[in-house]
Amino acid sequence: MDDKSEPLQIIKKAICTALVINMRKEERAMEGQPVLWFQQIKKKFGENVVLDGVDFKVMPGEIVSLVGENGAGKSTLMNILFGMSVIRQTGGYEGTIYMDGNPLNITNPNDAIHQGIGMVHQEFMLIPGFTVEQNIKLNREPLKKNIFSRVFGHSFETIDWDAENRDAKKALKRIGIDVNPGERIEQLPVGLKQFVEISREIDKENLKVLIFDEPTAVLTETEAEKLLKCIKSFSESGIAVIFISHRLDEVMRISDKVVVLRDGILVENAAVTSLTKEKIAELMVGRKLTERTEEYPDRNIKEEDIILEFRNVSVDMPGEDLRGFSLKVRRGEIIGIGGLAGHGKMAVSNAVSGMYPSTGEVLYNGKPLDVSKTGEALRHEIAFVSEDRKGVGLLLDQSILTNIIFNNLSLKGEFLKSYGFFTQIDNKAAKKTAEQMIEDLAIRCTSAEQLAGSLSGGNQQKVCMARALIAEPKLLFVSEPTRGIDIGAKRLILDYLLKINYEKGITVVMLSSELNELREVCDRIAIVAGGRLRGILGPKESNVKYALMMSGDESVRGGEDSYEKD
Amino acid sequence: MKKTKRYIQKLGVPRLIMLAFLMILLIAVGILHIPFTLTLSQCIVRVGINIVLALAMLPSIRSGIGMNFGLPLGIICGLLAGMISLEYNFTGLMGILMAMLISIIFSIIVGWLYGLLLNKVKGSEMMVGTYMGFSIVSLMCIAWMILPFHNTGIRWPMGNGLRMTITLEQWYDRALNELWMFKIGEVEIPTGLILTCAVFCGVMWLFCRSRLGIRMLAAGSNPEFSKFSGIDANRQRIIGSILSTVLGGIGIIIYAQGFGFYQLYTAPLMMAFPAVAAVLIGGATASKISVGNVVLGTLIFQSILSVAAPVASAIFPEGNLSEVFRTIISNGIILYALSKIGREE
Repeated sequence: MDDKSEPLQIIKKAICTALVINMRKEERAMEGQPVLWFQQIKKKFGENVVLDGVDFKVMPGEIVSLVGENGAGKSTLMNILFGMSVIRQTGGYEGTIYMDGNPLNITNPNDAIHQGIGMVHQEFMLIPGFTVEQNIKLNREPLKKNIFSRVFGHSFETIDWDAENRDAKKALKRIGIDVNPGERIEQLPVGLKQFVEISREIDKENLKVLIFDEPTAVLTETEAEKLLKCIKSFSESGIAVIFISHRLDEVMRISDKVVVLRDGILVENAAVTSLTKEKIAELMVGRKLTERTEEYPDRNIKEEDIILEFRNVSVDMPGEDLRGFSLKVRRGEIIGIGGLAGHGKMAVSNAVSGMYPSTGEVLYNGKPLDVSKTGEALRHEIAFVSEDRKGVGLLLDQSILTNIIFNNLSLKGEFLKSYGFFTQIDNKAAKKTAEQMIEDLAIRCTSAEQLAGSLSGGNQQKVCMARALIAEPKLLFVSEPTRGIDIGAKRLILDYLLKINYEKGITVVMLSSELNELREVCDRIAIVAGGRLRGILGPKESNVKYALMMSGDESVRGGEDSYEKD
Repeated sequence: MKKTKRYIQKLGVPRLIMLAFLMILLIAVGILHIPFTLTLSQCIVRVGINIVLALAMLPSIRSGIGMNFGLPLGIICGLLAGMISLEYNFTGLMGILMAMLISIIFSIIVGWLYGLLLNKVKGSEMMVGTYMGFSIVSLMCIAWMILPFHNTGIRWPMGNGLRMTITLEQWYDRALNELWMFKIGEVEIPTGLILTCAVFCGVMWLFCRSRLGIRMLAAGSNPEFSKFSGIDANRQRIIGSILSTVLGGIGIIIYAQGFGFYQLYTAPLMMAFPAVAAVLIGGATASKISVGNVVLGTLIFQSILSVAAPVASAIFPEGNLSEVFRTIISNGIILYALSKIGREE
C-alpha cells in the first residue's frame, strides 16, 4: 500500500465505523434496547429497607436525572451498580441489572469499569501528586515492551509517555478545557479537577454509561454551565448519562428523563417535559412545599439603629479574600450576604469570629470589637453557625449534649456547679437544656447522649444552631445554613431563623451561596463579588440585577446603603 | 437476652477476647494445682501498683496528644524524687509522700517542656514521644552515675554512682500496701494501696467533669472547634502533658513501694508500653479515653500477666523457659493492644 492511499483508507474506515455506530444506535433505539435496566432492585441494611423495587431503564444517549432527598437511596443504587464491597458485606441485593439486555454480574468496581460504566465522583478520586495525564491514564497506561517485560511479563512493560500525553490531550480537548496535561493535580483549582476526572472517564474506550454524582456541588456557576454543556455533548455521542444532583434547575435543563426516589421507592419516572421544578421538589419530599409556614408582621427596624458596623475591613482568608468591606447591620433585621463561592462572602463572619486575621474596624453597638482573638465576639452576645460544620462547627466524637452546652460552659461558666476551687458539670441542668433544644428544633436522635458525628447533616446543623441559640445572642451569624442538607430540614431551619428573629429580636446575618434562600428570608441582601462589596439589594429586585451584580458588573449599583469604594 | 447482648456489644470484642484468655489461664491455675489465694493476692497488688501509671494516659489522650509514649519522662522525675527522699532518709508513709511532692515539682517543669516540644511536632507525637523517652532514659544513665548522692544505702558499695536496684526495706517497702491491710481467708487486701488508687482515679474523674477538663476534651477532639470558641488548644495540650507527666512520676513511686525496689538506669525504658497496652485493652483509643477504660484495662491486663507467671513456671519448671514464655505473653498482648490504637469501635 502506498503513502497516498493510507489517509484515504483511514477516512473511509472512520466513515464506515461512524455509520455502523449510528446504525447501531438507531437500531437500539428502535428496538428499545436499554443500555441499562435496573429491574426490581431491593436492598436492605439489616431491618432497614433502603431500596424497594426500584425499576427503570436507561436508553443509549439518554440523560437520566436521579433525584431524591439525602438518604433516599441514590448512593446505595450507585454502589450496587458499581459492585462496592459494602453491598456484599451487608448481604447483597435482590433484583437484576441488565446491560444491553444481558444480566450484569458485577462483584467489584473493576468489573463495572470493564463493562463500560464510568463515574465522576463528588469527592475527587484523583492522586494529587500525579500529573493530569497520569491521572487520566492511571492503570490504563499505554505500554511498550522492553527486555525485562519479555522475561518477567506484562507488569514490567514501560509506559509510553508520548502516547499517554497524546491520549490525555485528546480527552481534554473533547470536553473543551484548556489545561496542560503535564500539570500536577494539586496545583489545579477545584473546578478544573472535576473536569480532569471527567476526561479520565471519557478516555475509557468502551464507555457506555457515565454517572455524575453531584458534579456541580463544588463548581462556580460558569464552570457548572460548561459542565452541563459537556454532559449534553456526551449524550449526543451516544453515551448514556445518569445525573445525580440536588440542583433542580440543572436537572430541568439537561435531563431527558427524571427518576425520583423517596425513602427507597421510585415515585416518579417520567420525561422531563411532563414535569416542573416544583413538581419534582414536591415528589421528593412527598409533601407540598410551602413558601413560609408563617408570615410575620413588620418589625420596627430603624435605619439609624446600628448593631454592628464594618469599617473598611480586609480579611486574609485563603480562597475567600475580602478587601475594604464596609457595612452597617441594623438592629433586628435579617441581612443576607450573597455572592459566588470563593468571592469573599465567607470572610465576613470569619473576620468577626477572629478565625482569620483582619484589618480595619468592627464596631459592636458603636464600640470597637477586638477581633484579633477568637472567642471575643462570643463574649459579646454574638453567636456563629459555621459553614464548616464538620471542621469547626462540631465536636463530632462528643455527645449532642456536650456540643450544645459547650460554649456556655466554657465561656460563661454556666451548667457548672462550683465547689470552692474546683467545678463540676451540672449534668441535670445541661440535660434539661439540651433536651429542650432537641425538642424545639426537632433534632432527630436517640438521646442527648448520641454522638454528634452519627447524626445526619441536617440534624448536625440543628445542633450547631442549638449551641448558638442557648448563648442567647443578640446577633447571629449563620453561614451556609442549608448546605448539604435535604429540603425538609432546609425549610425547618429557614423558618426557625425567621422565628427567632421575630420572637426574640435576634439580628441575623446570613451568608449563603443560594440566592433563592436569601431572597426568601432576608430584608436586605449585600452582594460580594471579587472580594468587594458590590451593593445592597432588596429581596424583590430582579434576577438580572442580582446576576449582574454577582458577576461584578460595575454598571449595577444597589443602593440605599453607603459603601466606600477605593 | 437482648440486654446481655447489648451489654456484650458495649464491652467490645477485644475485651471479650482478653477476658476469655484470662479465663483459660484461671482454669490452668486450677488444673495445675497452683495456690489460688496467693495468685489472687499478687494480682490485686499488681493492678494497684500499675493503675496510676496507666492513668497517666488519660490527660494526654484527652488533650489531643495521644498515648503518652514519653511516659519515661515522668517516671524519671518520680525516680529522681524517690532518690532524694531516700537520700534524706524519709521512711514510711512520710517517705512516700515526700517523694510524691518532690516528683510533682520535677514533673511540672519536665511536662511543660515536653508539652512545648509536642506542640512543635503535631501529628507525630507518639513517635517523637517514644524516642524522647528513650533518649532521656539513656541520658539519665549518665546522670545516675554522677549525681551527688551520698547515702551509702543507695550508692554502689565501691566506685561511683547509684545502684541498679535499690531495695526499699529500710525506707518504705510496701508501706502503702500494708496500711490497714487485712485478710479475707488467705487473701491479703492492701487497703492503703486500693484507697490511694481510688483517690487518684476519683480526682481524675472529677477533673474530666470540671470546666478545665471539658475544655481540654474539646481542644483535644477538635482543635479548630476550640479555636473558634476562644480556647488555645496548644495551652490545653501543655496542661495535658504536665498532668500526664505528674501522674507518671507519682505512678512509679506507688509502683516502686509495692514492688519493693527502685530500678534505675535502663529499667524505665519500656515502661510506657504496659501502660499504653492496659488502656487500649480497656477500650481507649488514641483520641478517646475515660477513667473506666483505665481501670478496666489495667484490671484485665495486669491480671493476665500475674496469672500467666505461675502458670508458665508450672508448665515449664526448668530454668529460663518460663520467663521466655511470660515475656512472649506480655509482649503479645501489648502488640495486640497496639494494633487497636486509633481504631473507633
